[in-house]
Amino acid sequence: MRLVFEKSVPGRRAVRTAPTDVPRISMRSDLLRQEPANLPELSELDVVRHFTELSRRNFGVDNNFYPLGSCTMKYNPKVAEHIASYPGFADLHPLLPQLRMGGMLTQGALRVLHEIDLLLCEITGMARFTTQPLAGAHGELTGMMIMAAYHREQGNKKTTVLIPDSAHGTNPASAAIAGYRVVSIPSSENGVMDVETIKQYLNDEVAGLMLTCPNTLGLFNPHVKDICDLIHGVDGLTYYDGANLNAIVGKARPGDFGFDIVHLNLHKTFATPHGGGGPGAGPVGVKKELVPFLPVSVVTKRDDGTYALQYDRPKSIGYIAPFYGNFGVVLKAYVYILMLGKEGLRRVAENAVLNANYVKEKLKGHYRIAFDRLCKHECVFTISERMAQNGIRAADIAKALIDKGFHPPTVYFPTIVTEAMMIEPTETESKETLDSFVEAMIEIAEQAENEPEKLKAAPTTTVVCRPNETAAAKNLNIACSIIESPAC
Amino acid sequence: MPFISNTPAQREQMLAEIGLSMDELFDDIPPHLKAGEFDLPRGLSEQETRNRLMELAQKNATHLTCFLGGGFYDHFIPAAVDAIVSRSEFYTAYTPYQPELSQGVLQAIYEFQSMICRLTEMEVANASLYDGGTALYEAMMMALRITGRNKVIVDDSVNPIYRVMIHSYTQNLKIELDQTHCQDGLANHDRILQMIDDKTAAVIVQNPNFFGCIDEFSDIADAAHDKGALLIVSTYPLSLGILKTPAAMGADIVTGEGQSLGIPMSFGGPYLGFMASAKRYVRKMPGRIVGETLDASARKAYVLTLQAREQHIRRDKATSNICSNEALCALTALVYLSLLGKEGLKETAQLCADKANYAYKRLTAIPGVVPHFRGKWFFNEFVLDLPCEAADVIAKLIEKRFAAGFPLGRYYDGMENSILISVTEKRTKQEIGMLAEALESVL
Repeated sequence: MRLVFEKSVPGRRAVRTAPTDVPRISMRSDLLRQEPANLPELSELDVVRHFTELSRRNFGVDNNFYPLGSCTMKYNPKVAEHIASYPGFADLHPLLPQLRMGGMLTQGALRVLHEIDLLLCEITGMARFTTQPLAGAHGELTGMMIMAAYHREQGNKKTTVLIPDSAHGTNPASAAIAGYRVVSIPSSENGVMDVETIKQYLNDEVAGLMLTCPNTLGLFNPHVKDICDLIHGVDGLTYYDGANLNAIVGKARPGDFGFDIVHLNLHKTFATPHGGGGPGAGPVGVKKELVPFLPVSVVTKRDDGTYALQYDRPKSIGYIAPFYGNFGVVLKAYVYILMLGKEGLRRVAENAVLNANYVKEKLKGHYRIAFDRLCKHECVFTISERMAQNGIRAADIAKALIDKGFHPPTVYFPTIVTEAMMIEPTETESKETLDSFVEAMIEIAEQAENEPEKLKAAPTTTVVCRPNETAAAKNLNIACSIIESPAC
Repeated sequence: MPFISNTPAQREQMLAEIGLSMDELFDDIPPHLKAGEFDLPRGLSEQETRNRLMELAQKNATHLTCFLGGGFYDHFIPAAVDAIVSRSEFYTAYTPYQPELSQGVLQAIYEFQSMICRLTEMEVANASLYDGGTALYEAMMMALRITGRNKVIVDDSVNPIYRVMIHSYTQNLKIELDQTHCQDGLANHDRILQMIDDKTAAVIVQNPNFFGCIDEFSDIADAAHDKGALLIVSTYPLSLGILKTPAAMGADIVTGEGQSLGIPMSFGGPYLGFMASAKRYVRKMPGRIVGETLDASARKAYVLTLQAREQHIRRDKATSNICSNEALCALTALVYLSLLGKEGLKETAQLCADKANYAYKRLTAIPGVVPHFRGKWFFNEFVLDLPCEAADVIAKLIEKRFAAGFPLGRYYDGMENSILISVTEKRTKQEIGMLAEALESVL
């Protein structure tokens, strides 16, 4: 499909600007650009057709089942989109509360921020949340900065953060960027962090631990509280990566497990859309003793029932985002929590876990399961020996699924399972959908064992098939340069 | 239950097939770690939810005529932008890990990267970062990686919010951050030129700067390059419809806040950070990057590329911890720029400058209102000195239904009487006149 630049026709226009009613000024020419930016020249219809065509070359949750493990691709309620577009929210300037008495101009928005703080605290067992982090990984970095600020205040010279080898890559990256040395802890034979193993890594250098529970294998660690206690025993802090909170929401709380810092991915557990790769939101919650370190500003409720922003926070890690986070995303999560309520949130975990275990049981005889025990929101499979002998890889299974109308699971993650296929059905999918997915997976398994060459050609139903990624990195072309279009 | 498809009967059937009860599905959580009763409200119907949220939305002020900017602007957004971005094939997708199912988002990001290159005249751009502030911080970290040095000079004409963000992020790192104090509305060129030495990794400046003034950084670029340092320029992308590009000034890394490109103000986010650089630095760049390639049948295709830089491969050695970016906001900016086109962008930028200059003349005609920086060119924002405290005047003007500007005393000592006024293409001559009358009446 041609690029938007290649469709440009000189002189064509879409949007007309309003006629000017003030004198035109001419600025000093050395401050101006010599040539206008070489943007395409298109009609509105050209633009709408171009992007409609692009949308048809894309696949979202609204198209079909999207069991991308660890990404929690659940249905995104339309009402949340509708509400986020209310002018009272969408057209609100973020600097208004910084004007004198300006807080009174944004009471509705501040109330949303205050109430979601309280709701998330109750859901996770923490004392206070900040909505500022702009994505999950940004929440991790914020959490690590809080950890560092705490130790600085305590006068602790601690240098390392412990992270299991099954963790998301963002965990070690966030800890490193916050200035810590990362020590990777191997998972035990049963797929989770072992109490005896972690004891070998404990020393005074340990600033803290980052743990995802249930982890990326979908396994809940029954010794999670003992592990937190061990870390506290060396004056370390415990960080809960909330990427998988959807497995236990309404059932158990990371605060009760002994975690000091928690981040949540609102685009996972709380159903805000993933947007083709963002925007996300990664609120961070902390225990009482860490509240002073939360970023500037925080929303408080005054005695008269009005809401205000508090900027005077001497121990705070400072500003980590320009304002109050991705407010539009936070708002959608708030809507979702209001609509689900107490009972609905519990049902999220129940149905997510039921759906994952159902798929696990149905596929067990057809693929090799990495850890054959009760899973939470997701399960990890790998290829059978026969498939491996046939030269079939996880990617081949994934590509074959595409031809059957499904988005593939996450493949090659977690890295501790070779040829991993990580399936997360989420709670919003129906039994019929799961059954048809299972049926497709079984047909593919049979092909992988008996007619492997057929899978190697998949997918055949898509606009492209297995793009050459090596060539993309080698012959780097990442922008259609500024040379005159349409030659591009 | 809302948004759950399975009926109770289906759940029973599934449980029976697994051979477990619902409670048994959670047997791996020890009883002492299970929560008791949650103190949460009952769930609301859609109607109740919409009513409640409409009530909250109405408690926010949208009746004010907006002259408030400071890096975040009330620009006009064509209806086609929302119509396109609301297509659920885009917004309910995730990061394009499976290129066969994601050519739409991948091509859009490639086009976005190209659009940013064309705007800034830089060679390469990434798929987006969270916002203008984190993008500037990431650019600084990138400069440290490229040069292997740890000293950074930042002028205080850079957005103060971005400067405090950079300060927060560098608390636990071994970075020497030196701030220069702007001179007469522009970056302090003399001081910066003196300070650049062979330990300097980067100089960070902004154009137009926080005061709206238009600067030119070729001298700083030359001096930085002489010492092996990089020039990082934070910019306001819409202004590049007419203003000299950072590339033409010799910038090595360009960042900015893309909110002005069709993204609503939404009380601070989601916004759009962007980053562009010289091609030789692309392997040190943070964030996702989309590249063009061929598929098995030699058809043009787009994929995520240079992933060996990223956290999911390199873990603690990655160029950044970023995973999700702001893909949907990047799409928004791309659609906006496609709709405006070459002429539309230029006209919009020119209109902003025209209206700001008109407002400047109209407001400085008021007795007691004087420009803070005389004889400086500005884009769509300018600083005026009032005969009394600006914060107080702004509060009075709110009562007259104007968000008249931002009080600079909040971030700059000695500027308690100064107001930063922003004018976009949306403001009319009549609105500017009404602001002038209102201002005169409260002084």
